[in-house]
Amino acid sequence: MKIRRSIKDNRGESALFRRRALTGFVLILLGLSMLVGRFAFLQVMRHDEFVTRAQNNRVKPRALPPARGLIYDRNGVLLADNVPAFRLEVVPEQVPDMPAMLAQLGKIVPLGRDDLDAFRKLLTQSQRFESVPLKMHLTEDEIDRFAVNRWRFPGVDVVPYLIRRYPFGRLFSHVIGYVGRIDANDLQQLDPVRYKGTSHIGRSGLERSYEDVLHGTPGYELIEVNADGRTQRVLETHAPTPGKNLYLSIDVRLQKAAAAAFDGRPGAAVAIDPRNGQVLAMVSVPSFDPNLFVNGISQTDYSALTGDQDKPLYNRALRGVYPPGSTVKPLIGLGGLETGLRTPEDTVVSTGVFYIPGQQRGYRDDVRGGVGRVDLEQAIEMSVNTYFYKLSLDMGIDRFSAWMGKFGFGRPTGIDLMGESPGVLPSREWKAAHFKQPWYPGETVIAGIGQGYWAVTPVQLAHAIATFAGHGVAYAPRLVMATQAGMDAPLKPLPNPPGGPSLIRNPADWDVINKGMQMVIYGARGTGYGLAKGFPYLIAGKSGTAERFSRTTSAYNNDKNTAYLASRHRAWFVAYAPADHPQIAVAALLESGAWGASDAGPIVRRILDAWLAAHGGVIQGGERLPSSSASASGAASAGGPGKFPVSGSTGATP
Amino acid sequence: MIAVAYVRWRRFLRRVMTRPRIDVPLAIGLLTLALAGLVTLYSASNGSLALVGGQAGRFVLGGALLLLISRIPPPVLRNWTPWLYVGSTALLILVVVLGEGRGADRWLNLGVMRFQPSELLKLTMPMMVAWYLHPRQLPPGWKDIVVVGVLIAIPAGLIAEQPDLGTALLVAAAGAFALFLSGMAWWRIGLLIGAVAGMIPVGWHFMHQYQRDRILTLLNPESDPLGNGWHIIQSQIAVGSGGIFGKGWQHSTQSRLDFLPEHTTDFIFAVFSEEFGLVGVAALIALYAFIIGRCLWIAMEARDTYSRLLAGAIGMSFFVYVFVNGGMVAGMLPVVGVPLPLISYGGTSAVSLLVSFGVLMSIHAHRKMHD
Repeated sequence: MKIRRSIKDNRGESALFRRRALTGFVLILLGLSMLVGRFAFLQVMRHDEFVTRAQNNRVKPRALPPARGLIYDRNGVLLADNVPAFRLEVVPEQVPDMPAMLAQLGKIVPLGRDDLDAFRKLLTQSQRFESVPLKMHLTEDEIDRFAVNRWRFPGVDVVPYLIRRYPFGRLFSHVIGYVGRIDANDLQQLDPVRYKGTSHIGRSGLERSYEDVLHGTPGYELIEVNADGRTQRVLETHAPTPGKNLYLSIDVRLQKAAAAAFDGRPGAAVAIDPRNGQVLAMVSVPSFDPNLFVNGISQTDYSALTGDQDKPLYNRALRGVYPPGSTVKPLIGLGGLETGLRTPEDTVVSTGVFYIPGQQRGYRDDVRGGVGRVDLEQAIEMSVNTYFYKLSLDMGIDRFSAWMGKFGFGRPTGIDLMGESPGVLPSREWKAAHFKQPWYPGETVIAGIGQGYWAVTPVQLAHAIATFAGHGVAYAPRLVMATQAGMDAPLKPLPNPPGGPSLIRNPADWDVINKGMQMVIYGARGTGYGLAKGFPYLIAGKSGTAERFSRTTSAYNNDKNTAYLASRHRAWFVAYAPADHPQIAVAALLESGAWGASDAGPIVRRILDAWLAAHGGVIQGGERLPSSSASASGAASAGGPGKFPVSGSTGATP
Repeated sequence: MIAVAYVRWRRFLRRVMTRPRIDVPLAIGLLTLALAGLVTLYSASNGSLALVGGQAGRFVLGGALLLLISRIPPPVLRNWTPWLYVGSTALLILVVVLGEGRGADRWLNLGVMRFQPSELLKLTMPMMVAWYLHPRQLPPGWKDIVVVGVLIAIPAGLIAEQPDLGTALLVAAAGAFALFLSGMAWWRIGLLIGAVAGMIPVGWHFMHQYQRDRILTLLNPESDPLGNGWHIIQSQIAVGSGGIFGKGWQHSTQSRLDFLPEHTTDFIFAVFSEEFGLVGVAALIALYAFIIGRCLWIAMEARDTYSRLLAGAIGMSFFVYVFVNGGMVAGMLPVVGVPLPLISYGGTSAVSLLVSFGVLMSIHAHRKMHD
């Protein structure tokens, strides 16, 4: 060691080290300058870019869905409400293992197959960082249990929301309809900006047809999130504009009375104010609880509804089509007067059977042997087929369908609901288009008693009667009377201008038909005699009993068994009141009724009673009858000792 | 025998207990750095006094060790060197046998505290190289270079096996710096670098997949924005959004909202850059440059080869820590677990760095001594 030591040139080594250290330091300064240069590049040259990215990192917009507009009846009774509820939401991005998470979560909060299916469907549609609803309407118990276990489920949260609630349940399900969860199919059609954060959309009824009005405009807030996506604070809020409230023209008391009057028997009833087209009641029986659909109906409940042979989901008032039967006879009679084919004094002899000149085929009256000589008013009162057979034949199908078309038959009425059936108004063109066959005169004859191809919906018939009751001025039926932007805002009426000038050229013609229809109620031989007993205002009406099946023989049917008849007939009754100043027009249909007047008539009466009660028993403008009277007024006709019922029509089809 | 040992022990203690003779400029530099570290840590930890207090405690412990070691004369250290080297290498082997750690077996559990033997090598490696070169004729010839190469390769290989490629490279660099400072001829350096460059494909072959991923991600961080690229992207966003003057102390959104991972440890430089901007970065780098320069100054003043090489290698290693960490934060270098010296939170790093500076202080204090 010592020897090696002496060899070492310490001074030279020191100088060498000095050079190396200085070289090293220069290199180090170079390296550090490079580093500063890199920072300068990021912090000066690319500063703007990174500021934006830092901002995008931490600030996320979050949609604030608008509260859905509420729905009230005409007197402000709440029919559709929003109530607070809680749901589970999942941010997929934050869930490391989705199937495992769902399995674990299912042990704490039961997840139905429907929930999971809907969730998976939505999952494929949404972005990874967007919150997807998993289970709606948590119970308090479920919320508590989840809260305790929340730490085990990153990315899963309990979120408050507003849920639709229909306090009257089945009473309005065919009018208001219901909302349902937005599903994958909806997402493809909806405006993604307007529906950001919204989970429900109108599925049927007014909820669907007024979706644009009820929905409102979403707002948003800018929130600061951390790397886990948890909200730290709200930076800015732009409040949503809630949807507008709807005020229906329906009166909940009439609606209740109408629904109750059916007593569970399938049918429909519609009441319209002839002065403006406002719908006062609209029921389809049986019905269903719309609240079941709001959170996604369970398979069991749905099968129960679809499996029911009375079809509670089927909106008979809007979509059910039935032959109108004798209810349209007053309108046909009006057509006879307006076209100049008849005068009120013209008479026809009813012999029991009517023959088209030169043909063998007989068209029967309802009473064997006929009722003798009748004028138009009597023909309406007793629903005499022969009168109308002859009249329609004289009019011919072209004039006939042109006239009836004016009352809205054969096309949608334009009511503010979707999916309305147009029905069928028989015409030469219609038959050619559907059967590629020429028109036969016999078909004109049976059209004269509302049979054959003719098919109407209860809404359509109510609309036609209302049009007549309103002296021929047609208004499209309207359920929504007014909208309201916000709770304290004034009501803004929705305009509903008449469809045109009056259909009736000669007001005296209207008086004749009006009188005939009063005689239906008050005439001793009237088919609806007795229906107005105790009602203080004049009622005008018409019964109808439509054949469900074609007859196979022309023989009279002597079986008067009610159940047997009910299985063959649709029972109609239409009416309006007060007859001297009509303010309500009603059409009621029983799908299986023996006789229009005796079965559907009382339903109409109960609706009128409720309407009267809703007005406190006093109708402005109507002449009040002496309290003793059901037989009062000039309508009482000189008829034979008519026995009740003398029923509507029976038709014969070739 | 016992008497002799006793007398030596008394003499050692007397030396240690005499008044401290530290280098004031270096001490001021380190103190400034430590204070900057605590201030940044306070912000990066969202005002956690527990964290800042713990780190301050480690600084106190490290400072005490610094003062203690500054009394130990370099010749004494030189005498201990082979044992320290062998001892720390043995601990590395122990880690391989029974170590525990997060995925990588780097830690040794001492019961009271867990401790990373590879940290020791950062100091004992340059000591060993300096010890070996001290009596040799300098500049070193091929034979000495090969021996030093082996001395470097054994612990570096063990550390790389753990696997901790970052520390392995740092340890190897510390040894290599000593070799560089010893005057190794430039043509030999060139040849060696060429050979190492030629080995890169071979090294790639032996790398772990996660190490490869980190390098690949560096080349294209956007390819994997939620995995390996996340660190690089978020760190660059933090740095870049800081701008020239920064967002201000405690206003780093990237750190406060947890977008920046490891924001109190390996990525604290990004927090610093976001809050203090380019001005702060330049000032911090200048401080590091000053400390490194002062280390090299002390090295040049030393009279013997061992002290010179050791002081110089420690100073230059310090640069590597700063460069590797800064390069990583700025997205220039792959993500390796190298803390920013005296700023990053972490006990072993702070204490072992201060111990190294203790050695420097000792070399400074004994610069006039000849052995």
